[in-house]
Amino acid sequence: MLKNRIIPCLDVKNGRVVKGINFVDLKDAGDPVEQAKIYNDGGADEICFLDITASNENRDTIYNVVKKTSKKCFVPLTVGGGIKSVEDINKLLSCGADKVSINTAAVENSKVVVDSSRKFGSQCIVVAIDAKKNGDKWEIFTHGGRNNSGIDVLEYSKQMEENGAGELLVTSMDRDGTQVGYDIDLMSKISSQVNIPVIASGGVGTLDHLVEGIKLGKASAVLAASIFHYGKHSVKEAKEYLDSKGIPVRI
Amino acid sequence: MNVTIVDYNSGNISSVINSFKEVAKDKVNIEVTSDLEKIRSSDKLVLPGQGSFKSCIDALKKINGLTDTLSEFAINNKKPLLGICVGLQMFADIGYEEIETKGLGWISGKVSKINNQNGKYKLPHIGWNEISIVKDSKIFNNIKNKSHMYFVHSYEFIPKDKNVISATTDYSSNIVCSVEKENIFGTQFHPEKSDKIGLKIIDNFINL
Repeated sequence: MLKNRIIPCLDVKNGRVVKGINFVDLKDAGDPVEQAKIYNDGGADEICFLDITASNENRDTIYNVVKKTSKKCFVPLTVGGGIKSVEDINKLLSCGADKVSINTAAVENSKVVVDSSRKFGSQCIVVAIDAKKNGDKWEIFTHGGRNNSGIDVLEYSKQMEENGAGELLVTSMDRDGTQVGYDIDLMSKISSQVNIPVIASGGVGTLDHLVEGIKLGKASAVLAASIFHYGKHSVKEAKEYLDSKGIPVRI
Repeated sequence: MNVTIVDYNSGNISSVINSFKEVAKDKVNIEVTSDLEKIRSSDKLVLPGQGSFKSCIDALKKINGLTDTLSEFAINNKKPLLGICVGLQMFADIGYEEIETKGLGWISGKVSKINNQNGKYKLPHIGWNEISIVKDSKIFNNIKNKSHMYFVHSYEFIPKDKNVISATTDYSSNIVCSVEKENIFGTQFHPEKSDKIGLKIIDNFINL
């Protein structure tokens, strides 16, 4: 039986972890490689880096981080943030990323998704969707949530599946950072609409939220950042909790 | 000993390289090449593969003499070869991804799309799934039955001779996820991304 995945996400800026695990025995708490290794050893099913480096000069730092991490982590590594072109994707994959997540570029130019999934295979193309509720529907936001594209989320999800996305990483902008739980309605609507796996993101504050994301939101995988930071919960604890609630996980 | 990872522009092989180097340490030399002479003189071959069946076969054929060299290595000289993901699928006679495409024909059978039972099962089959070991395979030495492996695929290999199947996984039906035919080994899952257990499989192959 296929297991539901737990994916810890690390925000990386200029090659350093911005929010991270706060372990006393960590030599360098800002080192993404060390933190990814801790997640790997702790049973993470995949690891996600979100590069939030703002300036172009420092964009190259993520390549080095990916290179080093991929030599130490032997579970899939997804890298997102700032990807603009097929060439950017090529660089990240050749540095050792297993998948890339494309956000703004997929909205601005859907050809990036079509071309990259043809070139590298759908298995490594994750389309990241930042959604915000507007009345009775959700709209796609880009540029790290700053710009409203006005595009309907459900139509867009279907379109991205047709364009060759292998997975959708869906973040609720309304819930992100609130720790009140995933937007279950959003997750389950998208998941019922597409035949590709959906990864739920945005709003996790407790282990029960992970359970809800899978059981009610019908997500194949759950991504979380802050509950794994500062040692609030370990990935192992999260998996044991999901297991106790009857959710199939890899333990 | 030399283990060669065949580099034929089949997509992203960095993780395969990293994992083999991690396991090999300094004891075994890991080559990554499409050089026919180096492939011939190698002790073992790894045939990775990402993207579609057709794109991988096309990429193999683009390198003059490569498919013949691989057949000579695996079929005539019977030296160990491990196919991973589409690398395994290419052992088949024929594949149906994109368009009907002839495979290497090393293990008789076909590669067709996983039956998703009208959307009941999501495709690609992505994530960790348990393997059921159905016959002793040298690459499963010290691997427990029901171990978790990492999968990413939408197509499955259906061999004619069921005796080549060494493990299956349950997704919509019992999908063939590992084969062994004499010196030819293949895994549908990605040992290079399957954590310590995956590295153990790589170690088993290196130590054959």
